[in-house]
Parts: sequence; structure tokens; C-alpha cells
Amino acid sequence: MIGAAIFSLTALGAALGMLLGLAGKLFRVESDPLLDEVEQLFPGSQCGQCGFPGCRPAAEAVVSSRAPVTLCPPGGRALAEKLASKLNIAVNLANLQDAPRQLARVREETCIGCTRCFKVCPTDAIVGAPKQIHFVISEACTGCGNCLDVCPTECLALTAPRLHLKDWRWHKPRLEPVCT
Amino acid sequence: MKGKTFHFRGGVHPTANKHTSECAIRRFPMPAKLHIPLQQHIGAPAEPLVEVGQQVLKGELLANSQGVISAPVHAPTSGTIRVIDDLDAPHPSGLPVRTIVLEADGMDAWKPAAGIDNPFMRAPEEIAAMVGAAGIVGMGGATFPAAVKLHLAMQQTVHTLIINGGECEPYLTCDDRLMQERAEGIITGVRIFKHVLKPVRTVIAIENNKPAAFAAMQEANRALYKIEIVQVPSRYPMGSEKQMIQAITGREIPAARRAIDAGVVVHNVATAYAAYEAVQLGRPLVSRIVTVTGGAIRQPMNLEVPIGTLLQDLLDYCGLNSQPQRLLLGGPMMGQVVPHTRVPVVKGSNGVIALTATDLHRQESRACIRCARCVSVCPMGLLPLEMAARLNKGNIDGALSYGLLDCISCGSCSYVCPSNIPLAHFFNYGKGEHAARQDQERFNDVTKKLAAQKKQRLTRQAEEKQRARSKSA
Repeated sequence: MIGAAIFSLTALGAALGMLLGLAGKLFRVESDPLLDEVEQLFPGSQCGQCGFPGCRPAAEAVVSSRAPVTLCPPGGRALAEKLASKLNIAVNLANLQDAPRQLARVREETCIGCTRCFKVCPTDAIVGAPKQIHFVISEACTGCGNCLDVCPTECLALTAPRLHLKDWRWHKPRLEPVCT
Repeated sequence: MKGKTFHFRGGVHPTANKHTSECAIRRFPMPAKLHIPLQQHIGAPAEPLVEVGQQVLKGELLANSQGVISAPVHAPTSGTIRVIDDLDAPHPSGLPVRTIVLEADGMDAWKPAAGIDNPFMRAPEEIAAMVGAAGIVGMGGATFPAAVKLHLAMQQTVHTLIINGGECEPYLTCDDRLMQERAEGIITGVRIFKHVLKPVRTVIAIENNKPAAFAAMQEANRALYKIEIVQVPSRYPMGSEKQMIQAITGREIPAARRAIDAGVVVHNVATAYAAYEAVQLGRPLVSRIVTVTGGAIRQPMNLEVPIGTLLQDLLDYCGLNSQPQRLLLGGPMMGQVVPHTRVPVVKGSNGVIALTATDLHRQESRACIRCARCVSVCPMGLLPLEMAARLNKGNIDGALSYGLLDCISCGSCSYVCPSNIPLAHFFNYGKGEHAARQDQERFNDVTKKLAAQKKQRLTRQAEEKQRARSKSA
């Protein structure tokens, strides 16, 4: 009696498994190659600053023209130009200013070491351990602000990083009349 | 063949204003405090070896070079280290740079010197190392570490060694005076470079508006040294590396290539002199000749200034006729505007120019009339008006496709523009923006990698958890 039950269930499992495997092969949805290429252009940190749940949905939105090419704050103007040329969209980016880079910073006095922030950090830029003060590695922080929302003591804040000599650039000269 | 020079395209003839070519070099009295930045060169900043309160002797190593492209920094006088902190850099941004403040004790006592009498009997590698240890950088203003240049060149065959005595910038006469007064030292320095690089041909090129310097250098030269001294036409930017190579060898350096790719090495006359002091006298680079001039200066002069002297001290010494409207470090064509006078003289500062409003005669810029004067003067054969029009629209890629990265920022285009368009400023902006984008791209790549690694880690952890659960079950 028990042998029949084992046999029938095993057979059922094997048959259904094969069916599923076949279906996966037969009805596989080809992903849009353009979408893949566009997604590759994005920073890939899945930070959600654009309002979409990640870089793939953002790429989908741009490709289907539901969102402008300027949607990604960390990618900035360089990404907007790349997207525009990839998708052949004419946009005037002359007045687009990159948002100044922001970095998360832990205020040591109020950090309780709850570990929530580094769990949501997309780039593992926050290091720490339970009941230890956490620390932000500025080279890895994208300034997405995900950590701010989960901090129970509001000890995280976004601050402008200090400008170093090597990162200083000449500003654009201001001209009243347009040249040529 | 001897003395023959070639033509390079473009160039301008700005008013020379070299009023100080008759002013003999004076030693600047040691100031009470010196601000010595740890980055006076292209590359990584030097790492300090001294502590606050420590006594040092003149010529003692203060900070050592870090990484491949870097240069050490030495004490310009004897005294006590007072501060090691971020202080204002001699730079248009006015941003801080790590600086050592040295309080002079007035003794100016040298550390025992370790020069070598006959450097020509030593191995070239040893000599190049001595040049590196002395903290010598390109003293024409480019501040590329001289030893790194020597090392790069030693790995290849050097056809021509050019010693640049062009000094094509208006106002500046520090190299002119150095050649007039210290020709023997320069020739020894050139022979040291020659010994290290073993070039087929060695040429010292001097613009023909410096006859006294040319005569002094010829006087110091001997036939057996096999050094040619050539007069080149006075035309800005003759002293620029690429143009100088073209004038002497007739060869043009291809885009995005360096001089050494064409078998040429160019060093400034002041760099050669510093090499002589370092190798033969055992003295590191702790002072340099600076031309202090401009309409606002009461008594323009050439001064031998300890590195780290504040501009304010120089202005106090030379006196002011009026409050300068603009303060420049370097020449008027390519020099850097400095925001205030509490910044120091560094290894690459060949001039301090205090300009009045009449010197500047600034005018509003107007629309481009497409006269193409900028095209005819561009020594790199670019189209400045087209690049500027694109940059004005924020189209960096467009400007890059017109050869923005080949621009040497000589400012000839801005100089001739009848509409006063700040063309060179546009190109500096464009190059900076391009660099910022490359930085951003690099940062995006890092972000992508980090995000992927986090994802991997999370899946691995989930799998491990699953496995542990199934095991315990």
C-alpha cells in the first residue's frame, strides 16, 4: 500500500517537473536586447532615487518613454547624454546641472548600532556590527538616502562632501550674447 | 644643419614687457615663516616625515614622495616646524592643500651636503635617483617630476635632448637672468642630463630676444661638450614643449602622444640648473628665481626666493604703486590667478605678476564674428571658435570631436579675439568637464561592482540559511 503511494507521488513529481522544464524552454520570453543595453548604462546600484524600484524598471520606463532621460540623479548629465544618443531622443541638456554629490554621514552621538542602515545600503558603503557605531565609506556611498529612511534615531544625514583640489574644475564662462 | 630652426604654425607676438631683463638676481631675505605645500608637483602629494615642534636644518627632507609620480619636499631653511595642516593653495580655487609651516631660526644652516665631484663617472641610474631625491620638478611651470621624466626616457632611445630657454611668456625674465648669471651651472646641469639620457643631439634653445643670455651661454659652452646653442624666433608659445620640438627638430608630436614617443626629451634651463645644484653640490631644490613684476609693483625685480615664501612678503619687499587688480602666479598668458596674497611661492612659480586695471584693459565679450583669427593663431591647428560654440551649448562631446584634448591652453586665441571671448577659459572648462565625466564613469563602474557583490552575498547567505535549516530539519 505504502509502495503504491510512494510510486505514484514520485511519478507525479517527475512528470510535472519535466513538464515545467519543457515549458520553461518552450515559452521562454526573450528579453528586449535594447533594454539590456540601456540597463547596462545605468549605475546599477538599484538605489531607487528615480522613483522606480531599480535600474531595470527605470530602463523600461525610459525605453517606453514613460520617463525622461534625465531621471537618474547619480548618473547625472553624462548618463542623460548617453541615453539620449542611444535612444535617439533629441533633448536640450544645455541647462541641465548635475546635482551636487551628497554623502551619507553617521552622527556618532546618536548611532545605537542597530544595523538597519547597512542592510538597505545598495553598495555596502556602511560598515558596522550590532551595538557598534556604524561608519560610511565615502568612496562607495552614492548618496541614495535609503539609509536615512530606516534609521530609528535619525542619526544619518546627507552632507556635501568637502571639495578637494584635485576635484576642482573650471566653471563655465558666462557669455551674454551667444557665441556664433 | 647647425642652428637651423623650423617653423611651427600659428602663435602670437604679445607685448614683451620684459622690463626686468636687466635686473640682476637678488637673494630674497629669509622670511620669518614659510608655507611649504606638500603637493608642488603633478602626481601624488608627498607624505610628511616631520612632526610639529621638530627642529630641521636647511635641505632636510620634510616629506617623502608617494607612489611612482611624486616628488619629495625639503626644508628651505633651518628652523622649527610649527604647523602641519590644510592651508590655502596657490591656485585659482583658493582650496586648501596640506602644508607644512616652518618658522625660520635665522641661522639658515645647511644640512651637511653630499654632492659628487664627477657625476660623469657615475651610473646614469644613480644620477637620476639623485635628481629624484632632490625633489626637482619641471621648473618652467609644468611641475612634472624631473626624475620620472628621466626614468621614462632612459627606457627608450633619446634622439634629441632639448633644453628649453624659450621663456616666451611676456613679463618673465627669470630664465633669462639665470642664463646670463649662472650659465656655467646650467651647462653642467645639461651635461648631467646628457650623461643620463645619452642623446644623439643636445640643443639649448633660446629665443632671439635674449641676446645677452645667448652670449653668456655660448661663453660657458665648450666644443667638447657637444651641446648646440640655438637662437629661435621670439614667438609665443615657443616655450611650449610641442612647439619647441617642432622648431628644433621639425617633427610634430602626434595627438595624444608624448615627446618621448618621438625620441625627444625637453627640460627647462632652470631644471637643468637645479639638477646641477642637486648632483654636484648636493643641494635639494629649496629655492627658485621668481620675476616679481607688473604695473602695480613699484620696483620690479628678479629674486631668488625660498620655496614657501608668501606672496605678501614678496609684494612688501618690492613695494606696491597701487592695489593690484589681479594677481598672477606664472606668466600673463598661462599663469594662474591667485585669490589672495597669503599663498606661497612653489617650485613651479616662475613669476608673480601684479596687474593694474590699465594692464588688464578688460572689455565685455561680444558675439563671435567668425573672423577666424583664433584659427590662424592656434599653434595646434584647432578651430577654437567651433569648439567654444559647442562648449557654450554644453556639448562636450562635440568639442572633443574637434580636438579639445589637443588644446595646450596657451591662450593665443583669447589674446587675438576681437570680440574678447574667453576662449581659453572655455577650453579649460571643457577639459575639466570631460575629466569630471570620466571620474563619474569610473565611480559608476565601482558602484555597479559593489551592488553586484552585495547581491551575490545576499543570495549566498540565503542559500546557506536554507541549507542549515534543511540540515537541522
